[in-house]
Amino acid sequence: MKAHDYIEKRLGLLGALIVVVISFGGLAEIVPLFHMSKTTTPIEGMKPWSALQLEGRDIYIREGCHVCHTQMVRPFRAETERYGHYSVAGESVWERPFLWGSKRTGPDLARVGGRYSDDWHRAHMYNPRDVVPESNMPAFPWLFQNRLSGEDTAQKMRVMQTLGVPYTDQEIESAREAVRGKTEIEALIAYLQGLGTVMKGQ
Amino acid sequence: MFNDSLPTFWSIWVAIITLLVIFGCLWLVMAVKKSEKYKEETENTVGHAFDGIEEYDNPLPRWWYMKFLGTIVFGLGYLVLYPGLGNFQGILNWSSTGQWQEEMAAAEVKYGPVFAAFGDKSIEELATDPAALEVGGRLFANNCAVCHGSGAKGAYGFPNLTDEDWLYGGSPEKIKESLNIGRMANMPAWQGILGDAGIEETAHYVVSLSGRAHDEALAAKGQAHYQQYCAACHMPTGQGMQMLGAPNLTDDVWLYKAPNLTVLESVKQTLRHGRQGVMPAQLPRLGEDKVHLLTAYVYSLSQQ
Repeated sequence: MKAHDYIEKRLGLLGALIVVVISFGGLAEIVPLFHMSKTTTPIEGMKPWSALQLEGRDIYIREGCHVCHTQMVRPFRAETERYGHYSVAGESVWERPFLWGSKRTGPDLARVGGRYSDDWHRAHMYNPRDVVPESNMPAFPWLFQNRLSGEDTAQKMRVMQTLGVPYTDQEIESAREAVRGKTEIEALIAYLQGLGTVMKGQ
Repeated sequence: MFNDSLPTFWSIWVAIITLLVIFGCLWLVMAVKKSEKYKEETENTVGHAFDGIEEYDNPLPRWWYMKFLGTIVFGLGYLVLYPGLGNFQGILNWSSTGQWQEEMAAAEVKYGPVFAAFGDKSIEELATDPAALEVGGRLFANNCAVCHGSGAKGAYGFPNLTDEDWLYGGSPEKIKESLNIGRMANMPAWQGILGDAGIEETAHYVVSLSGRAHDEALAAKGQAHYQQYCAACHMPTGQGMQMLGAPNLTDDVWLYKAPNLTVLESVKQTLRHGRQGVMPAQLPRLGEDKVHLLTAYVYSLSQQ
């Protein structure tokens, strides 16, 4: 085949054509979701993360929690019995980046909010073995020492705002005050206690 | 709640691209097929040579070629049966949430009568029923053991459920109430009011209530603080008050005795910073049937 030879001997052209072929997948599977109300409308009663929770979320990412914990309850009975209602797209509308994860070394956290007390989370994060003897989760004692300055919090919220998260200007202005001086563990627990709570009881 | 389907334009868009790709693959497989259709081998070469090595211009082995065709047939068959082409649901009308609902319905048929039978019995009856305790024990392991321990013996900050000492009451009704609506303790911090000396004195008086070693002089001063600030919840005698979850201070049960501190030091810590123990409500998560069984299991632990 002549055309076949022609393409295979020109790497730039081959690369460009490969991108075209792969983009068909995205065009069919991703682009239409931007136009589907189910994936673009937040569920009823959903509020954006507070300044403190947003910082907690960044600590969650920094410490790599999403590497071992998913945030995606799949629609299987075994999962909904253990974790609660399956996750729906509307819950992730403001999640940037989403933290669905892909591997469960620890349990799913999509609905961990309110499940345990703040004290439990503190004890657990300081040394997981104190409350769950067989746990292989790492300890995070430095979260109890480090304090947030809140310097970047407003900027982070402003970026979220441009991405479509409905923060008010007043919330952004008071962000620094809301966060400054709080320990990282407070922020992380505030975030965890808010996970998946909007869907509860539905 | 939401419109599950795609707008018509995007539905058609998905269908067209999907079919285009599948038939494009079919075209590609046909187009690059060699002309010598029925021969497995040929003497022709593709025309290049590296270090004297040449490549025969053989067609694809037949089994391989058939596999390509097979994937295309499978893909088309799949799109007829299952959702994939835009808003077309497939003739099986399958959906992941539909499958979940079927699973839940099947489980309800299987387990519903079991839970209903348990639900008809009283907590006291269930607490002596091995079958009920087995189910209750599993529920406990899944939902309660992370805080209260697999043996329900509790831990630093989390109450032991196997003893006779109850913060909010150990009757079946009270245990069920704790499970249903949760509990929120609120012991205020006294550092600002009592100061270092006041904390020291009050702590000595508190440990004296259970007959522990203490400094008489300090405890005598502490008694005044106790009567003024603590007696309202913990009662003048130190017996505690279950209505508020205020612990009994005259026994030897110390919920907040830190592993690395003495009782006296732990009491001082509690007085300085306060305590806000929280038991999360379980009814919204587990439902009445399971809370009923859990109540029986927890109740049975202290009846042995």
